[in-house]
Amino acid sequence: MNAMPARPVLINAASGAAPTAKSGVPPKPSETKVLALKAPPNAYVTRLLGACRETASTVIPPLVVLAMLLLVWQLATDKPGATLPSPMKIWTEANDLIVSPFFVYGPQDIGLGWRVLTSLERVAYGFGLAAIFGIVVGAIIGQSVWAMRGLDPIFQVLRTVPPLAWLPISLAAFQDSGPSAVFVIFITAVWPVIINTAVGIRNIPQDYRNVAEVLRLNPIEYFWRIMIPSAAPYIFTGLRIGIGLSWLAIVAAEMLTGGVGIGFFIWDAWNSSRLSDIVVALIYIGIVGFVLDRLVAMIGRIATRGTANA
Amino acid sequence: MTTTEKPFLQIEGVHKTFRRGGTETEVLHDISLDIAEGEFVSIIGHSGCGKSTLLNLIAGLTRVTTGAVLLEDREVNDPGPERAVVFQNHSLLPWLTVYENVHIAVNKVFGRAKSRAERHDWTLHNLDLVQMAHAKDKRPAEISGGMKQRVGIARALAMEPKVLLMDEPFGALDALTRAHLQDSVMQIHARLGNTAIMITHDVDEAVLLSDRIVMMTNGPSARIGEVLDVDLPRPRKRLELVADTRYIHAREAVLKFLYERHRFVEAA
Repeated sequence: MNAMPARPVLINAASGAAPTAKSGVPPKPSETKVLALKAPPNAYVTRLLGACRETASTVIPPLVVLAMLLLVWQLATDKPGATLPSPMKIWTEANDLIVSPFFVYGPQDIGLGWRVLTSLERVAYGFGLAAIFGIVVGAIIGQSVWAMRGLDPIFQVLRTVPPLAWLPISLAAFQDSGPSAVFVIFITAVWPVIINTAVGIRNIPQDYRNVAEVLRLNPIEYFWRIMIPSAAPYIFTGLRIGIGLSWLAIVAAEMLTGGVGIGFFIWDAWNSSRLSDIVVALIYIGIVGFVLDRLVAMIGRIATRGTANA
Repeated sequence: MTTTEKPFLQIEGVHKTFRRGGTETEVLHDISLDIAEGEFVSIIGHSGCGKSTLLNLIAGLTRVTTGAVLLEDREVNDPGPERAVVFQNHSLLPWLTVYENVHIAVNKVFGRAKSRAERHDWTLHNLDLVQMAHAKDKRPAEISGGMKQRVGIARALAMEPKVLLMDEPFGALDALTRAHLQDSVMQIHARLGNTAIMITHDVDEAVLLSDRIVMMTNGPSARIGEVLDVDLPRPRKRLELVADTRYIHAREAVLKFLYERHRFVEAA
């Protein structure tokens, strides 16, 4: 009998905000009240525990591996004459870069957060252009068998050209570092968008084409109502590859422009032998690239709901 | 078919040949058929006999090689909403809701003739007709196969077609759902009096729904083998017909055609 009244109190404490908790637990709760309270908070706690376990199972393994890697790194580089800095050394040398991304000490002495934002703006221009141009051109190519046959081999060759190789040509063409940098990002990211869009358009099921024909949709209606939604999963695959590539091109692009981008920061740090700073910048680039990828994937999931599982 | 005026829909000496690479295959050979307004005609035959091709020719999705399809004395050259098609696999656009799938057709066909409110009402009216108004905000992936086909029918009906073309509309459905939908189609046909052409390979379905059954020989070079008049009074009730001698005779005639005289040959 002693355990019975104690139970709701415990459970309320665990679940935080059970509705009856506010009224206060009466000193002598009736049997029915105790029974009514028992089930739902228990279920809630079970679910909470389940969620915790699930989160832990996805978060803990990478953390363990990371810790092991850092340890190995530390052991390998923690001796005099090591060519690369150890994690501990990076932590002390580049502490301000790690802990505060948004400091401003001077025109060229700013946090990596600011640099990333500048680079992101550049990527936004280049990738935005690549997305628009790539979808339109891909749609045109996907419509025509001959355009596909004629252009696809050329695109397959051009898409393998590394971003750095485009630098001299774009500099010669634009005569100015700003547009050249955007062009390098654009030209790196545009191919997968074109190719995937074209494949997506070619794979529009005959059923949808028939529906469009029976309804007598005009070309503009067909583009917006059938082509784009139907090819959306392919288009987003292209965009996802494209955003990855355009972020890859940022270092190459910013070798030209100088200024405050994260890509230029690495170039600059190399020239003044600040290896620790470079490592921190690499981690920033990696994380931002990961977030960009997930962002496009998420937008794609929302935009293609219904289409993908048809 | 005793009227002297021009038939509503005329199929006149239609041949259809498909060319692939260097080889030509004749799919349909000299098909001629007149269909009266308000008539419900089924086309039955073994798979591969070109019955879907015939429907596509009437729909205008495929062009005839020689001959002509005439609707109200005008030649059919391209697809259009006056010959709405209910496709075999529903062909709903998966990114649109049930309502939007019908509404896109209504907007396209009645964009000028009806006001926005009228178009909305007409969309709902057609969903009501197939008893799908309750699911109007769902997407095709969220509803069952039978429901999808109902929406497909609603979309076709919403175009107010002169001829409703159905390409094995219930082929992909289980038997119970199929029976439900057959009853729905009968009711709608009785109510609206549409001219309808249905492709099927189900003998019971053909007898139950049709005024006439067109039986096709096996392909290649399929022809119309026989045309059977089904003179069962409407409205027809599935259960009452089971013992009806006229029903049994009609059924027997179709079965005999399909399984005695034109048995399906795999090699063909």
